[in-house]
Amino acid sequence: MKKNAQLIWGLLFGIVFGFLLQKGGATQYDVIVSQLLLTDFTVLKIMLSAVVTGTIGIHFMRHKGWIQLHPKKGSVGKNVIGGLIFGVGFALLGYCPGTIAGAIGNGYLDAAIGGLLGIFLGAGLFAAYYPKLQDGILKKGDYGDVSLPQLFKVNDWLVVVPTVAVILILLFWLERIGL
Amino acid sequence: MEFLSQVRWSPYVVGAGIGILSWFTFLISNKPIACSTTFAKSSGIIEKLFRGEMVSKKPYYEKIKLDIDWQFMLVIGIVLGSFLSASLSGSFEAKWVPDIWAGAYGTNPLLRTAAAIIGGIFLGFGARWADGCTSGHGISGTMQLTLSSWISAISFFVGGIIMAQLLFRVLV
Repeated sequence: MKKNAQLIWGLLFGIVFGFLLQKGGATQYDVIVSQLLLTDFTVLKIMLSAVVTGTIGIHFMRHKGWIQLHPKKGSVGKNVIGGLIFGVGFALLGYCPGTIAGAIGNGYLDAAIGGLLGIFLGAGLFAAYYPKLQDGILKKGDYGDVSLPQLFKVNDWLVVVPTVAVILILLFWLERIGL
Repeated sequence: MEFLSQVRWSPYVVGAGIGILSWFTFLISNKPIACSTTFAKSSGIIEKLFRGEMVSKKPYYEKIKLDIDWQFMLVIGIVLGSFLSASLSGSFEAKWVPDIWAGAYGTNPLLRTAAAIIGGIFLGFGARWADGCTSGHGISGTMQLTLSSWISAISFFVGGIIMAQLLFRVLV
């Protein structure tokens, strides 16, 4: 019963997320590609304001003992190489896994027909190669699920506050130069 | 309630909204917002329809499990939420070829679809390789200040910016 309730929560959170992405323009190919062409900074503004609001709330709630964090483990081989391959697809397709779902809801057929098929093929291909990659390149330069505060051996807030400050300065500067 | 039918909201309002939404996904569901595993599950579930039970025995699918979970419902919700928002503002449109693509490569839907398929293959493959996407690493992981997520998010944009320059400023 509890699992079903969580599935409904997942759906509700998704509806709000999709609604916000569409209102932000992030379900549109042109908005995403303009970000990668560095002519329109809407996507970065959305992401960075989410990080500012999120990181403050999440670290506050964690210190209160209300929530647990869910950091992902990683390595240089995993995150840098995987990230660059992802980036190539990001520019060619013009959507990412979250925004393609939004693009489908927005009516974009290149997302619904081409993009979705491609992502399924790409994910299937990875599943096929996973046994070969698993203990090789994916483990190169392993750093586990370390957080930036753990890495610098400081209190969380000593990273949260400067990170938020730098992002806010960057956002003010983007507005200032008219981007 | 007029704001619900506006075409666009300020990116700062949208971003802050997503950040606050994250508070609640952690509080209520004990989960960060993330999307890309769902596409791998879907791919496995579709393959299973054709090739049978053996598909779920692949090591990667044993790891992620071919079930309908919280994140799967989140992704379905994104489609619905975007449809709702687009419908309320009258910006829902059935469209094959985006403007920027058309400006560089023309309005042929087949060419655009081929590019979307190839792009999707890289995206799907890369998201699994990096173990996350623009939401799981780029938003949820960075806000948790996880090293792997900051490195991934930066790599997504470095790869994307270089590829976009090639596509729209070098090749054409």
